[in-house]
Amino acid sequence: MITSSTDQSVETNTNHLLEPHWAEITAITPEIEGVSTYWLKFTDPLEQAAYSFQPGQFNMVYVPGFGEAAISICSDSQDRSLIGHSIRFVGNVTHAISRLKVGDVVGLRGPFGTSWPVKQMEGKDVFIACGGIGLPPLRPALYHIIRNREKYGKVTLLYGARTASDLMYTNEYDSWREANIDVQVTVDRGDSSWNGRIGVVPMWFYNFRIDPRKTAVLTCGPEIMIRFVIFEALARRVPPESIYVSLERNMKCGQGSCGHCQLGPYFICKDGPVFRFDALQPFFNVEEF
Amino acid sequence: MPNDHRPKLGSTIAIQKPVFNTLLARLREAGYQTIGPCIKNDTLVYDSIESINELPYGYISEQNAGHFRLIQAGHKNYFDVIPGAQSWKQFLFPPRVDLFALRKNDKGWETITPPLDAPAYAFIGVRACELAAIQIQDRIFMRDDFNDPIYRNRRKRAFILSVDCSNPAGTCFCVSMGTGPRVKGGFDLNLTELDDVFLLTIGSELALGLVSDLPFEDASAFMLSTAERIMDNAAKKMGRSLDISDLPELILKNLDDPYWQEIGSRCLSCANCTQVCPTCFCWDALDHMSLNGLETSRERVWDSCFNPGYSYQAGGNTRPTISSRYRQWLSHKLGTWEQQNGTLGCVGCGRCITWCPAEIDLTKEISILRKEASK
Repeated sequence: MITSSTDQSVETNTNHLLEPHWAEITAITPEIEGVSTYWLKFTDPLEQAAYSFQPGQFNMVYVPGFGEAAISICSDSQDRSLIGHSIRFVGNVTHAISRLKVGDVVGLRGPFGTSWPVKQMEGKDVFIACGGIGLPPLRPALYHIIRNREKYGKVTLLYGARTASDLMYTNEYDSWREANIDVQVTVDRGDSSWNGRIGVVPMWFYNFRIDPRKTAVLTCGPEIMIRFVIFEALARRVPPESIYVSLERNMKCGQGSCGHCQLGPYFICKDGPVFRFDALQPFFNVEEF
Repeated sequence: MPNDHRPKLGSTIAIQKPVFNTLLARLREAGYQTIGPCIKNDTLVYDSIESINELPYGYISEQNAGHFRLIQAGHKNYFDVIPGAQSWKQFLFPPRVDLFALRKNDKGWETITPPLDAPAYAFIGVRACELAAIQIQDRIFMRDDFNDPIYRNRRKRAFILSVDCSNPAGTCFCVSMGTGPRVKGGFDLNLTELDDVFLLTIGSELALGLVSDLPFEDASAFMLSTAERIMDNAAKKMGRSLDISDLPELILKNLDDPYWQEIGSRCLSCANCTQVCPTCFCWDALDHMSLNGLETSRERVWDSCFNPGYSYQAGGNTRPTISSRYRQWLSHKLGTWEQQNGTLGCVGCGRCITWCPAEIDLTKEISILRKEASK
């Protein structure tokens, strides 16, 4: 029946909700039509030094007057000097970002969310199946694998885009191959200059030899692609516990408070964005959930 | 009632009703804004009160699906009216609150943090269901991994004078949800209204200090048994009931049931239910920029899973149909909430039923879903 008595003191110094930390745009790399990578550095060197993230995590990127967008981190988690965000200009905030120049500042909060299971995958084969703008959140995982290549078995990257000119990070594929990553690329529609694979990612997924007992499947990309990759992986007897998927939804806080990104019992910002598929299985085929 | 001894923590005392004014005055002297039920512009609201005379004496509220009427019933009680659309949520989790402002300078943006506005509220007349709702929101806003400074500073200063409900309304179902009508804990003072006196149970040291030299008598065995009887009667007068057995499972196993679409065809997606719900916590953050682009302020506002933009993102809307939004609301409130927070998100206050313009009644919808599912 007894409560602890009411505390009448007011905190004078509180961390204010959503208050951004400022980061300067040090470089902008155009990637493909409508997508550029922004290389950010906190204006406060101490903040930059203190910042670290795990592959698969994201930041809330803020443009004053426009708002925040959740953007995955695409740079190397071991490189503490810069934070990279590959951003597709598609909404209100990202269009505002597209108008910024080197030297401008944006607000950053993060890192938030879960990460790819790079530790748990040690000793296993890794099959990464991703499409379009789904590659950037996986690139830090690739960098981690390459740096610790001896800890993993066969590593395959199956990456697809609509056309050859929509493929991200093409200048890195050779260095990934040199690091013994089997990089396989496909496009939905070829043209006269394309002599590689044609067809969607799940279709090609079926053509790879994988050992379901010792393979971890990581996937990110358009929702329809994710669905069919998982469908194919399960059909190949990969257990749900070995399939990892990164999801996205409208987010305002990144901390499981604002409610927007809920999927069933989960807040995608806090319990995801990377989920082990068995956690999602009950809700995955419910439409509009 | 001369009295030579002082009340004790956990004990129940009786005061004459006019003495309540002294208690309100003491709270104000201690720096509290005393907020309670009162009638403003013909409706029942929670607002500043200074005297017992501002309480809705003699009133009851008639409530049903899509129906609320305030009626002067001529009874002799101050706390017999079941609340209207407002709840205490608006004080602890304000509908609009400034987060910060930014001013552009040659280096970037200067952050101007507003002074922390944390009024000390004394909530007068918190119902058992409402207290349960506050405790549910505590788990949302004061988690180990996310502790909201706006909520926390208001919540920890709030003085709670709760009240046992003697006269439930037509949309009440706190008994089903296990939250009322009797207040179980978490208060500074709990009030039970009898014909001639207020019984006050002392729940905190702070409350003890405030009441210790009020003219009082110890609650007699007769008074306590009268209170008991009133509570037993109140529990039998619930206007609604909800069978919560296996509720999360029932909902989560039937997410594809066509009945959601039937509800969706009646729901207007107006978001009233989420605005009046004392546990709904979703919020949005908005920027307001000056026309010259040099200043912007960011504010937090209530949002609702019924708003079309709520789940919109580049590439489309996760829940484009009204039925999917209703299912999100109800499957969260009575389903997935439990996994997130250890309790259901409903306290049985009935506001979502009363204030639904389409008269959608979740107790009825769940019982139909239960029948559909067992087919």
